[in-house]
Amino acid sequence: MGLLSDPNRRRALISLLTRLNSPICVVCYMAGVAWFMGLAFEPFTLRTYMSENAMGSTMVEERFPAGERALTTGREFSAHKKKAGGMPVDWLVKTMQARGLEVFTQRFSRKLPFPDENKERYMVKGTNVYGILRAPRAPRTEALVLSAPCTPGDSNNQAVGLLLGLAQYFRNQIYWAKDIIFLVNEHDLIGMQAWLEGYHHTNTTGMDWSPLQGRGGSIQAALSLELSSDVITSMDLVLEGLNGQLPNLDLANLFYAFCQKIGVLCTIQGKLQRNDWDSVSGYSHSVQTMMLMVMKQASGRPWGDHGLFLRYHIEAASIKGINSFRQYKTDVTTIGRLLEGMYRKLNNLLERLHQSYFFYLMPSLSHFVSIGYYMPAFGLLAVILLLRALDLWVQLVSSPGVLSVLTPLVISHLTGVALYTLPIQFQEMAVEQFPVSETEAVVLTAIGYNVFLFIYIGWRVLKLVAVLYLAVLLGCTALINFSLGFILALTLVPVAAFVTPHVPKVLSAFILVILSPACTLLFSVFFFQELQELPVSFQEGWLLYLSVISQGILDHFLYGSLVYPLIALLVYPCWLLFWNILFWK
Amino acid sequence: VHLTISQSRAASSANHIQPLLVDNAGQFFSSGHTNNWAVLVCTSRFWFNYRHVANTLSVYRSVKRLGIPDSHIVLMLADDMACNHRNPKPATVFSHKNMELNVYGDDVEVDYRGYEVTVENFLRVLTGRLPPSTPRSKRLLSDDRSNILIYLTGHGGNGFLKFQDSEEISNVELADAFEQMWQKRRYNELLFIIDTCQGASMYERFYSPNLMALASSQVGEDSLSHQPDLAIGVHLMDRYTFYLLEFLEDIHPASKTNMNDLFKVCPKSQCVSTPGHRTDLFLRDPGSVLITDFFGSVRKVEITMETINLTDPIKQVEQRKYSYVDQLPVSEIIHQKPKQKDWHPPDGFILGLWTLILLVFFKLYGMKHLKHIF
Repeated sequence: MGLLSDPNRRRALISLLTRLNSPICVVCYMAGVAWFMGLAFEPFTLRTYMSENAMGSTMVEERFPAGERALTTGREFSAHKKKAGGMPVDWLVKTMQARGLEVFTQRFSRKLPFPDENKERYMVKGTNVYGILRAPRAPRTEALVLSAPCTPGDSNNQAVGLLLGLAQYFRNQIYWAKDIIFLVNEHDLIGMQAWLEGYHHTNTTGMDWSPLQGRGGSIQAALSLELSSDVITSMDLVLEGLNGQLPNLDLANLFYAFCQKIGVLCTIQGKLQRNDWDSVSGYSHSVQTMMLMVMKQASGRPWGDHGLFLRYHIEAASIKGINSFRQYKTDVTTIGRLLEGMYRKLNNLLERLHQSYFFYLMPSLSHFVSIGYYMPAFGLLAVILLLRALDLWVQLVSSPGVLSVLTPLVISHLTGVALYTLPIQFQEMAVEQFPVSETEAVVLTAIGYNVFLFIYIGWRVLKLVAVLYLAVLLGCTALINFSLGFILALTLVPVAAFVTPHVPKVLSAFILVILSPACTLLFSVFFFQELQELPVSFQEGWLLYLSVISQGILDHFLYGSLVYPLIALLVYPCWLLFWNILFWK
Repeated sequence: VHLTISQSRAASSANHIQPLLVDNAGQFFSSGHTNNWAVLVCTSRFWFNYRHVANTLSVYRSVKRLGIPDSHIVLMLADDMACNHRNPKPATVFSHKNMELNVYGDDVEVDYRGYEVTVENFLRVLTGRLPPSTPRSKRLLSDDRSNILIYLTGHGGNGFLKFQDSEEISNVELADAFEQMWQKRRYNELLFIIDTCQGASMYERFYSPNLMALASSQVGEDSLSHQPDLAIGVHLMDRYTFYLLEFLEDIHPASKTNMNDLFKVCPKSQCVSTPGHRTDLFLRDPGSVLITDFFGSVRKVEITMETINLTDPIKQVEQRKYSYVDQLPVSEIIHQKPKQKDWHPPDGFILGLWTLILLVFFKLYGMKHLKHIF
């Protein structure tokens, strides 16, 4: 007889499963965590290499000469910015036209759902200015974008200056096969969102913008430049975009290749590479770099102005110039040459970047881990859920009806919907009643939703459904945003595995709260600050936590980030189901 | 018509010059061809394959310089590099860095361009099966006294050459095309040069007579490119063709350099890959084959102040088997090649495997099924 159809063998398998379930679950959990930590170990990673044939090696001669002039332009921009109290639109239009670009502007305005305390804005109005350098001999079918943000105060003046300097230099060359769009966006991400929506004729976030008068072709790649000092010591590459999406790895490879060719120090996550991978400190350095990337990707927010391009399948990255206390300084001409080289190579592209990986983790700028290597870590955690589900299935005496589980599911999801909609609705009311700022009102309304249900069905059925639901949810999340899925799995899988009505209630309730998504976020905030070597006290940490939640909600309404709805509408109801299983009578 | 010189010395007064003339004249007419053709193909497109177009154009330039007219050259370029938007020096294709040599020139005539360079068109050109509307410039109008030079370059692999990123020609197809040419009397002798990765695999399957083949690398080796030009931003030439061009620049129409020197072009120290050649199907000794027999179109003219007595009956200088009248039958040649057998596992092994499978099946599911078999 077959293995599963023979009743004796079947009983033996089932008893094996029930007996060994907990040990296997524990072993799988440890293995998953160990696999994840092992990803940063250098022998398990691959060196980065250029996959796209068209970009080949870095064999172009960069000749950008005008770094000093770019700095002068930057100073002029700063003066005009101070005078205009925002974006100096007329000056920018005039300067770009003088450099031979076709200049257009776009006005946009947005009323945030509640005031943003971090950036102190509520009613946002602004103008984007962009100039198009038409390719001399090519049809206008493809474009590349170079953008610099117009930030209030003293930052990013040199970025705009360098952008204008490069525009002038590029205008004199005849080898451009794609249009190059030089964009200066106001109010960083909001302006960028308005520009992208206008360029692609979509309106997903309800922003108000004037249509774009001029257009290049379809955008193949984009770089966002942030430079706030006259000399820099290193260049930092930022890859994480909206919803944890990453650009094609070839863009990072291109940046790294040119950094090596020109001899500029390049970092990722602000950390330099180290050669001593076999020492403990070297390994922990890689782990820190990788964990920073995981944290940033899990938050689902765009970490640079490039983050919004990725949604339109445009590979984009942000390059930040950092001036720290190192001896060797790089001047603006060298940065200009680096960008010139990158753009010349991007110019050679015939199709969108698609040869290299879209899903990867980088423990350092020269090494990466692809999806095939990191997914088993998550798979080991998901196996625990499946084992538990099997265990519950064989313990069920009779097969349950579907309708009996429907009630608790619906009620949990209704709570989730309440969590999603109420904070915004009631923040006005809360502000009037209580002496809290709007952001705090939102956040405090969001905390503390616990619903006790009395359910009249066996708890096993509910747990089976909950465990499978969690498995599917985490699986889908991990596919799109691996970091978010993995972090949620790390905390929620133990919850799902051990909770039954028979464990000690108080202790389990405490552990459940500790492992809930809200507390996970709190710990992540502290952990993130530790990783960046800027540890915070508990007070500051709590305020940071509140601001993170409010930023998350704002991101969702402004740019369409999916982390907040995911947590509120799907993960939280799932957690609630387990809470209810714990308190089942 | 084979002109031979009488051995008689009595007629001429300057009889010490006669033997020299005899030898010269004998060698003069030893090749047996009366016209030259060239088919030069670049099979890859895209800007980063600039070097393949430069390869083909430099061979075109040499061949034209040595005398083959445009009407006898079929030039097939799969992409236009000179007018590519990314070319910082428009209307030029350089073969050497520092832009010493513009191989595009003013008078290049491309017969098949862009998407017209396909496997089908290439084979049709070789075999002559073109629709009646095809213009003369696109036809290979060779006859049984033509020496043809065929040069292919692009991306290749073991047994194939990639055309235009979407199709391939295999070495078997190529060998069959040459056989068709032989049977249709479309060539006297054919020199086949290929500069791709694993190029030697392309001439492995030839079986028609009078073929000589050269390749830039052996099976399993890659052909490497020569040097990048930083202003243009791409590699300009492949190594093998670069050194081939250097070699050909020294050839002039009266050169006596022979094929053995061509085989020595680009040794492993310069080329990194090992160039290969094949001469077993060629009926003359490669040492007696001049470069200009294939690369140039040399007029059979020699000025002499001596009178040559042709009153004696004309007889052959040597009995050589290089005319169609005396051609070897094709089937004999085929059987001289060792047949390539594919390996099959021994029969007993397969039988044993099936017995094992059956036994396991019956053991697992019980012997009661056995009675349904027997």
